[in-house]
Amino acid sequence: MPVRIQTKDFDAGAEMAALRRDNPKIGAVASFIGLCRDTNEGDVVTKMTLEHYPGMTERALEKIVAEAKARWDVMEVLVVHRVGEMKPADQIVLVVVTGAHRGEAFAACEFVMDYLKTRAPFWKKEETPQGARWVEARASDDEAAQRWEPPKSSAA
Amino acid sequence: MKIKVLYLASLREQLGKSGEDLEIPPATSTVAGLRALLMARGGAWQAALAQGKALRVAVNQEMAQPATAVRPGDEIAFFPPVTGG
Repeated sequence: MPVRIQTKDFDAGAEMAALRRDNPKIGAVASFIGLCRDTNEGDVVTKMTLEHYPGMTERALEKIVAEAKARWDVMEVLVVHRVGEMKPADQIVLVVVTGAHRGEAFAACEFVMDYLKTRAPFWKKEETPQGARWVEARASDDEAAQRWEPPKSSAA
Repeated sequence: MKIKVLYLASLREQLGKSGEDLEIPPATSTVAGLRALLMARGGAWQAALAQGKALRVAVNQEMAQPATAVRPGDEIAFFPPVTGG
């Protein structure tokens, strides 16, 4: 499965090894790991809870993976995203892209993360010494995703 | 018509429920119409669903727009902008 939602931690090395096993045509493996930070908006974060919309999450991620494969010359794309309780330094998300060459693999990996951030239905709630709060969406994430939109035609 | 409505993340907490099965008038045929119907409950509903609040809506687990049609049996989810990754 190119897309997995799970509560347990993942082993990035094992995931990458499994993804490229028995395929000597692969010349590049690009990956991204998102981690839980111990600070946000200037406050200490002691714990985080991630929730999602079961069903829609998988569909949204599968659509993003399909689009990445259509837009770049890559072979395999894997997304593993955790839900539930996490502590600072814990791994949250893994994206791995394999391909013949690094350029396409890097681009596809960044695209998947930028779209995941703005289109996949996950929500973070963080615990701080001031109490629990829902993490606010960032405009910078929208801007990052916007970069991948096809250029608007200037012809009227 | 009968539909299923879900409230997720911070919206669930503001409204005090995670979802409900609803019987709505056939004239409520769009996402915007459903939002207005729920807002008319007043109180927390009025506040949480008010125009200008950053809200996302999915119909049958696909992102939707205010004009997206609502049909019998649909699953409509209201939620805040996403913050995964």
